[in-house]
Amino acid sequence: MTDVSLQGAAQAGHPAAAASACNVDLPVTRERGQRQVFCGLAGIVWLHRKMQDAFFLVVGSRTCAHLLQSAAGVMVFAEPRFATAILQDRDLAGLADCNEELDRVVTELLARRPDIGTLFLVASCPSEVIKLDLDTAAERLAASQQGRVQILAYSGSGLDTTFTQGEDTCLTALVPRMPELPAAERSLLVLGTLPDIVEDQFARLFAEIGIAPVHFLPPRKAAELPPVGPGTLLLAAQPFVGETAAALAKRGATLIEAPYPFGIEGSRAWFAAAAAAWGLPAERVEAAIAAPVARAERGLANYREQLAGKRISFLPDSQLEIPLGRFLSRECGMQLTEVGVPYLDRRMMAAELELLPAGLRLTEGQDLERQLDRLRQDRPDLTVCGLGLANPLEAEGLTTKWSIELVFSPVHGFDQAADLAELFARPLNRRQRLAF
Amino acid sequence: MRDVHCVLHAPQGDTYADLLFTMIARSAKRPPVTYTTFQARDLGGDTAELVRKTLQDTVQRFKPRALLVGEACTAELIQDQPGAMAEGMGFDIPVVPLELPAFTRKENWGASETFFSLVRALLRGHKPAERPAMTGRRPRANLLGPTMLGFRCRDDVTEVTRLLASVGVDVNVVAPAGAAPEDLLRLPEADFNVCLYPEVAYSTCAWLERMFQQPTVKTVPIGVGASRDFLLEVGQVAGIDPAPAIAAAQTRLPWYSRSVDSTYLTGKRVFIFGDATHVIAAARVATEELGFEVVGLGSYSREFARELRAAAEGYGVEALITDDYLQVEARVLELAPELVLGTQMERHIAKRAGIPCAVISAPVHVQDFPARYAPQMGFEGANVIFDTWVHPLMMGLEEHLITMFREDIEFNDEAAPSHLGPAARQGGAQTRAEPAADDDAEGAGADDAIIWDSDAEKELRKIPFFVRGKARRNTERFARERGVATITVETLYDAKAHFGR
Repeated sequence: MTDVSLQGAAQAGHPAAAASACNVDLPVTRERGQRQVFCGLAGIVWLHRKMQDAFFLVVGSRTCAHLLQSAAGVMVFAEPRFATAILQDRDLAGLADCNEELDRVVTELLARRPDIGTLFLVASCPSEVIKLDLDTAAERLAASQQGRVQILAYSGSGLDTTFTQGEDTCLTALVPRMPELPAAERSLLVLGTLPDIVEDQFARLFAEIGIAPVHFLPPRKAAELPPVGPGTLLLAAQPFVGETAAALAKRGATLIEAPYPFGIEGSRAWFAAAAAAWGLPAERVEAAIAAPVARAERGLANYREQLAGKRISFLPDSQLEIPLGRFLSRECGMQLTEVGVPYLDRRMMAAELELLPAGLRLTEGQDLERQLDRLRQDRPDLTVCGLGLANPLEAEGLTTKWSIELVFSPVHGFDQAADLAELFARPLNRRQRLAF
Repeated sequence: MRDVHCVLHAPQGDTYADLLFTMIARSAKRPPVTYTTFQARDLGGDTAELVRKTLQDTVQRFKPRALLVGEACTAELIQDQPGAMAEGMGFDIPVVPLELPAFTRKENWGASETFFSLVRALLRGHKPAERPAMTGRRPRANLLGPTMLGFRCRDDVTEVTRLLASVGVDVNVVAPAGAAPEDLLRLPEADFNVCLYPEVAYSTCAWLERMFQQPTVKTVPIGVGASRDFLLEVGQVAGIDPAPAIAAAQTRLPWYSRSVDSTYLTGKRVFIFGDATHVIAAARVATEELGFEVVGLGSYSREFARELRAAAEGYGVEALITDDYLQVEARVLELAPELVLGTQMERHIAKRAGIPCAVISAPVHVQDFPARYAPQMGFEGANVIFDTWVHPLMMGLEEHLITMFREDIEFNDEAAPSHLGPAARQGGAQTRAEPAADDDAEGAGADDAIIWDSDAEKELRKIPFFVRGKARRNTERFARERGVATITVETLYDAKAHFGR
């Protein structure tokens, strides 16, 4: 672990940064109660698109199947690479039967879909509660396939995972399969799903800065896992991959602390931290990013005008609340009324917490009704929330932004900074256009 | 429903169900459901205490007049028995524990059982009120079965209310959608019940009939014929002559269907899938009122499998009872119908296969909650059905012209639509996908080394793309059965004659 992140953040000094004090010991209010979030199964929606040789088989109930169908319903248009093996009464009666049934379903699936290179068995709430051991099942099934298919297990259950955490458990399952990075070599490993277009942009920028080789986890093909070892410098692109980072650290990787690459400030600090850890001078970064930064400045100017001074609340949902709140407050001039996160991973958020404004109301966990009471009292100009709440809040006269779009859309990096701001400006813009 | 709240013992993540109401049905209010959203750490501790606290907080905050208590699939496994717990907590409102075995039963059964449990809990012990004789006053009916996520329930209720008004019958209570516990207490005041959606209301209607001697009107008024039958049945139950109302009914479907433009609808091959009620009704409309041919039907409603099989038999087809959409897809590809009437899932299947489709049943998507008035039931519903089923098909005159000009440079399959300009002509064929069945057939054909000569191949291209896959398959089967190695134009037409419909 290095202290480059602090330097990085300081170097990244955007004019707005000077206005707000840094605070490591930001008080956090913890809440417990009803939570309005997806479970980790939702991650399959973007994971299956990223790793195009992978198939996700949820071992769960009809409810799990229904969630996937409604959350990813449109995927039915494509040949979907996910499905649910539905647990029936019979399966609950005895684990032996249940395993037998699972073997049958998997064998049939692999026979029907020879294109599957990696199969993920995804645990759900009911499979966890009946203690169905999918790790063992994965080993057994992989052996019976004689290595033709890589079979792995992870949990997307709501008992263990909140929404984007499903990606963390999935990637953690991949870590033991990653090849060893030869002792004398080093590499940069970027962690967390990025849309391909953003991944390509980042790869070009790292090359220009002079960092190579750069690998990404998850890779585009689950069969082509990047190497890891003591020479690996680890840079997280998403804040919800803490467990994977810890598993990679166990294999020798060093985590670079940095803010996340949202907005100009975050992206600059992110590249700067990587370069510093690689031992490259800051000028190399500045030279490489000059043009994208200038483009982003131009693109952001318009939205900054629309967003500045507006009050925004984040309901806990995707774990992106803190970095996005930081971007909106420091680069777009918005006021953070409340920032809620499902859980606070201080290690993964250290560099971000530094950049949050003093006096921020930061909450961890959720007690839905009380949170909505506060929201109604605050009446912010914009509320970022899950889909279940958006329409009812709009009906109460609040303007909302669906958080799920922030997980799927290309929003990282310089060239997407304006697109990211636009996602928040659009609901306000729309409210202004409509006559009612 | 109003003033009813449900506490659902469920793990974190199950709250996604709210989305169905707020996003798909565009509800402006959150559904009245509070979830316990337990997590792994709660399982180590006391989930029962979590249930108790949730029940307490919910009753205090929402002050419902009746409380439903249920368990999601995972909660069922940990056996906290929240229903029994709630009953023991001394609330001064009716508490209705729900037993909905999630691992064996599905949503319509759950809706039916929940509605029945609530009605029974509220009305248990109520003496049947003395209903005054129907003479000298307007008869009253309950409309039972509409739900928020059901297909077009909102507008069906309005339309059926009008239909009943046309024969002088008033609506007493509509339930469950929009009803409060007080409304359910008034159910016995009606002279009879209309079982609008049997999947949800059948058990309740049967119980009310037993307890309060309320007859049930069972005809589901979807289509012109069924709407007339419905009024006849209402007339019988209420002692009214419905003939004047039937004669005065305004509906365009019969004339539109008889008008010459509709000739092209004759014998269109249709596949129907959905809940049993909508499928059985749709099959009748399709055959009797639009002149289609039902080539296949099916349903995910196992509870009504018997009724469905009986209906299927009438059309000379076998009913497909399944909830596996891959099975439905396989059947659609095999039958290669010209129109699919189905749920949201069949819409996807039909879209992939390039077959025209209309939605007739839940589960539905956001576009099936239209802004306009669009009932399925009653005489206006019949108008809506004519439009929604016929529009996905090519209009008659249009189809005729395209057949006439098929070989013209602008209209052949390879050409892109002429309004896109000459640049779009190249590769225009890609704008239209052939049904997936075609690919399968080609694969199968290759194995048996059956060859199409070039004239036959050309002739095949002249067949409309949506039946081409079927024609190819039938011809190859015909050739294979007769040991013909090369398919000629003659073979194609021999096969056509052989399989001719």
